Amino acid sequence: MDASAISSPQAYMRLQARWRPVELAFWLATLLPFWLTPDYLVLASQIAITALFALSLDLILGYAGIVSLGHAAFFGLGAYTAGLIAKYGWGEPVTGLIAATLVAGIVGYAASLIVSRFRHLALIMITLGMGLLLAEAANSASWLTGGADGLQGVKIWPVFNVFSFDLYGYVAYSYALIVLFLVFLLARRIINSPFGLSLRGIRENAVRVPALGAPSRAHLRKIYTIAAAIAGIAGALLAQTTETVSLEALGFQRSADVLVILILGGAGRLYGGLIGAIIFMVARDQFSGNTPQFWYFWIGALLVAVVMFLPNGILGGFAKLASRWSKVF
Amino acid sequence: MIALATRGLNKRFGSLVVAKDIAFELPVGARHALIGPNGAGKTTLINLMTGMLPPDTGEILLGGENIATLAPEARVRRGLVRTFQINSLFPNLNALEAVTLAICERESVARVWWQRVTAHGGVIDEAHGILSSLMLGNDCYRPTRELPYGRQRLLEIALALATRPKVLLLDEPAAGVPRGESAELFAVVSSLPSDISVLFIEHDMDFVFRFASRIIVMVGGAILLEGAPREIAADPRVREVYLGKSSHAASRHDGARHG
Repeated sequence: MDASAISSPQAYMRLQARWRPVELAFWLATLLPFWLTPDYLVLASQIAITALFALSLDLILGYAGIVSLGHAAFFGLGAYTAGLIAKYGWGEPVTGLIAATLVAGIVGYAASLIVSRFRHLALIMITLGMGLLLAEAANSASWLTGGADGLQGVKIWPVFNVFSFDLYGYVAYSYALIVLFLVFLLARRIINSPFGLSLRGIRENAVRVPALGAPSRAHLRKIYTIAAAIAGIAGALLAQTTETVSLEALGFQRSADVLVILILGGAGRLYGGLIGAIIFMVARDQFSGNTPQFWYFWIGALLVAVVMFLPNGILGGFAKLASRWSKVF
Repeated sequence: MIALATRGLNKRFGSLVVAKDIAFELPVGARHALIGPNGAGKTTLINLMTGMLPPDTGEILLGGENIATLAPEARVRRGLVRTFQINSLFPNLNALEAVTLAICERESVARVWWQRVTAHGGVIDEAHGILSSLMLGNDCYRPTRELPYGRQRLLEIALALATRPKVLLLDEPAAGVPRGESAELFAVVSSLPSDISVLFIEHDMDFVFRFASRIIVMVGGAILLEGAPREIAADPRVREVYLGKSSHAASRHDGARHG
């Protein structure tokens, strides 16, 4: 950026964190399904939940450089917590969400004590291992989780005692979208904070940050805990809106999918996971209707193409295009 | 007053001794140079003092306190700060963000996640002030990866200064800087505040003789000798270390630079 166009360093930093018109347009567009595709509100609610899950991964992968192949563990913890609470007599959704957040956050903090000490391949293997451990534990504890049959008998009360979950997904999508937006505001604040700046430093150069006197491991533990708690919220939303929890909530496939979603959309961009979730979920809905067996063929092809030609994801490609555009004019 | 000292510092990797009974003192406000051929253990000594490598035995005294067992970041917070021989920067952050990060860490506001960076306007202004004083004011909005190499070397020093060091360890500040860009670097190093004690490694002998009040010569993981620049320049052992007994006198300059 040209220094002469900037009035002061503080003004520059404010400019970096400002709400851009395209962001407002994006959030307004999330309301369109209510009018344009009312038949697809159930899908829309699933997209919002997946976007929230991808956002939580972006906080650790995109902003702190923690690669995880076991992030579904926290999604699943949130899902089972919310599901079990409802099954055993307390179906109030908001307190269910809070309980799921706490459980996923506490387990996330415990995991962060290990995770913050490793990087690269070791980190991938540790997160993968912890994810598999939890998935197998849930499978074995079928007296609690229902095992392969899934958790049955989950009854969710109306939101705020007023809005009952309906078959068409009006309430489900509204509920998921509001939660997504609130958590997004939180994530946005985190990445624009001094803490967020230090995280970006750790992502860029993990060796240099301690040489500046920073407690990097404490920073990593903190963001990992926050990300786990948010993944727990996403899981709880799925449990509450579908009134069931299956083992795949914390399976390896979900960890891999969310990673694919974030890489497709663009990691470290806040909206990358959201855009990725929309593309992935809509494409899956369209493709798997016709030829379900080819679904992962197309995702594989798309993934290879994006990583080869758009290393910063689809959103990174757009950003590059936009900056070229602004240079031309 | 001694700012930094080591006593009996030893480190070995298997049979390779990289630090052998290292003892030296850096007085407050000093400008000492650490020279020696490649592999003499100069950077290793910095790594030992800053905690990137644990010593086998020995003491590292910062303002009289033994810091040998402290974590690297704890040593920085007590005022012992280094720069890196090969730029160790944040490629996708700009200089303003990077120095702001360093100041936030110093002021312990880096744990704050509920406020925007811009809520700490003083930190941003201070970062810009440091960058301006290092002649980086106009480049501070460009991503670090786009800066010329000489400017990146200046940013290394800016980051270290942002931590408010008491002792600054400069690991080859002029390494890789083209002749045309070195004037700024010389100016910055010569204008470092006099209350900061500086120990620097450098192969550029112009640089060494210009800034050092004393020179420490290391060979094979041990301190060979220490003295005023004039004594060091005249010492036959130093010539021998750099040139070997049979080397031709004409190659002296080259040998000293790239040693």
